Formats: sequence, C-alpha cells, structure tokens
Amino acid sequence: MAKVVVVTSGKGGVGKTTSTAALGAALAQIGQNVVIVDFDVGLRNLDLVMGAERRVVYDFINVTQGVAKLPQALIRDKRLDRLALLPASQTRDKDALTEEGVLSVITALRKMFDWVICDSPAGIERGATLAMRFADEAIIVTNPEVSSVRDSDRIIGLLDAKTVRAERGERVGKHLLITRYDQPRAARGEMLSIDDVLEILSTPLLGIIPESEEVLRASNLGSPVTLNNPDSGAARAYSDAARRLMGEDIEMTIPADKQGFLGKLFGRRAA
Amino acid sequence: MSLFSLFKRRGSAPVARDRLQILLAYERTAGGSPDLLVILREEILTAVGRHVEIDPDRVTVQMNRGAKVSILEVDIEIPNAVRPAPNASRRKRSALPAHRPA
Repeated sequence: MAKVVVVTSGKGGVGKTTSTAALGAALAQIGQNVVIVDFDVGLRNLDLVMGAERRVVYDFINVTQGVAKLPQALIRDKRLDRLALLPASQTRDKDALTEEGVLSVITALRKMFDWVICDSPAGIERGATLAMRFADEAIIVTNPEVSSVRDSDRIIGLLDAKTVRAERGERVGKHLLITRYDQPRAARGEMLSIDDVLEILSTPLLGIIPESEEVLRASNLGSPVTLNNPDSGAARAYSDAARRLMGEDIEMTIPADKQGFLGKLFGRRAA
Repeated sequence: MSLFSLFKRRGSAPVARDRLQILLAYERTAGGSPDLLVILREEILTAVGRHVEIDPDRVTVQMNRGAKVSILEVDIEIPNAVRPAPNASRRKRSALPAHRPA
C-alpha cells in the first residue's frame, strides 16, 4: 500500500526540497520505489537539487491538463533506478493546479510507487494546501529558530484541518524533522534545543539533521546528500530518518561529519 | 554591559522558548484569529455609537498579550459637540481576560 507523504514547513528556506531529495534517495537506496513530486509551481527547484534540470520535458501541470501522459513526465533518476521525479511547471502560476488534477495524479502515482513524497511550496496558500491535501503522513521541516517553529505550529494546525484525512475524521501521521541543528550552539543555550522544539510543537521526532557543509556541497553538485556523501553526518541522519519512516526503531542520534586529521587541526574541512 | 555580564552571558534560547510558548498558546486559541481585533473594534464601536456620536478615526484599539492575562485597550474620543462637558473628551477603557473571544 503506497504512502503519500508531504514535506512541509510553512516557512521558506528551512530545507523542504533538500530533505525531500535526501529522504527520497535514502528510501530508494533501501529498496523502496519512490517518486518525489515538486508542488512549487512557478518556482520549481527539486529538479535542480536532483541534478535533473536538463532532463525536464513535461511537468505536473502538463499531466493534469492532458498534454502529456504521466509516464512521459516522470524522470527516472540516473543513479537510483527506483527513484523518479515529477517536476513542477516553471512557467505557470499556482492557480494552474486544481484539486481534481492533483487527485488524479496522486491516485495514479499510488499505483506505481511505494512512496509518493510531495515537496510543498512555502506558505499556507493554495500550493501548500494542495500539496498536503491527499497526504497520509506529513514531515514538518523545522529549523531551531523562532519564526520557523511558529510557522510549523501553523502548518500542523492546517494538517489537522485541511487534509482529506482530517475531514474524514482520520489523522495524518505527523513527523518533525529538525534541520540545520548546531549541537554546540544549542548546548551553549544559543539555539533552541531539540527538547525545546519538541515541547513547543508536541510532534514526534523523525530525525535531527546537523548543520553540515555537505548539504550545500550536494546541492551544488545536483545530488541528494544521501547519495553524494553517504558517510556525512547529514546523510546518515537522513538515512536513519528514512528507516524510521519505514517503521524501524532506530536510536535518535545527531551524527557528526567525520573530520580527518587536518580538518581537526584547522577546525574545518578542506574543499 | 558590565564585565560580569560578559562572563555570565545567558544563552538566548530560553528567551526564544518563552516567547514562542506565549505566542503559540495565544495563536492556537480562537484569539489567534487575525480578525478578532477588527471584530471587537466594530462591535464595541457599534455599542458605544448607539448612545454617543463617535468619530471612527479617533478610536485606537490595542492588544497587549501576556503569559497569564491579555489587556484589550480601547480608547474612544467622544466629541462634546452637543452638550459641552467640563472635560474635553471622555475615555472608555475595558480589560478582557486572556484568550476569551468576544
């Protein structure tokens, strides 16, 4: 039975697209059939983060409007054959997405894949509400920072009100993914701690992604961090989160980037 | 900043946590409705306006939210056009307990 997961946050720039790519790849790496769907119509970026920007021919809107068939619009990842991408339209605006169109595509994708991961646009408007509309589960991406936590709280409220599951009286499974976490700063009381965020949002924790240079490096290269450098702290944190999504019970840790002798000596990694 | 406070600098995270807790406790209730102040303003003005003449531009509505109690402050200037009173204007002020919708 396929699962539809929305990756959402309210606030922009917290790592929704990065996390969608990394988790999608991590699930595919453990044998799952995964499609990642870009809902950010007009500002698509999942194609770029996945390194597939030059392979986009048709998009989500083309499929909903019957211009292209769904298999024509899906882009198979060149590194992981179990991973596919459905890009958003770059030229249309968010009103081009309709609830019926989204439902028909999601229904078709459910039959083709184990996981349908929807990368939500920022905000709480049409694009974001459509991305979460048919979700079975939600990953709320949060930075340990006041504006991000506040917006996450708002999004959690929307998940309980505006999704099909909520309207049927069922629940959307919610998972908190804390990204850009800086353990030393949190320990010094300079950053909200994991416990602070969990207490405020009272949502189960899916994973803690440490602040890592590897995340930017991976997006520069157009590769999910879980593929580009599987040994990095961020990649291990994403892989653990993917396994928790699968229902595995994995101890919650904050994996750190391994530093070589020179790195330790100079306190940073050489590029 | 004293030399002492330099050494004993408290992290800013506890402040962030407390601010968030107060804000979200408010936003999660009906009081979080962005229209609440507008609704309150209109209803109070209608009620007061039944008895005295009000210039809608000379009304200020403020909400000050605290952890335990919030204060709604309504200042209404009432012109003394008809019957001049000793004071130039009279003011009405009301306080509401926190998180109770109008």
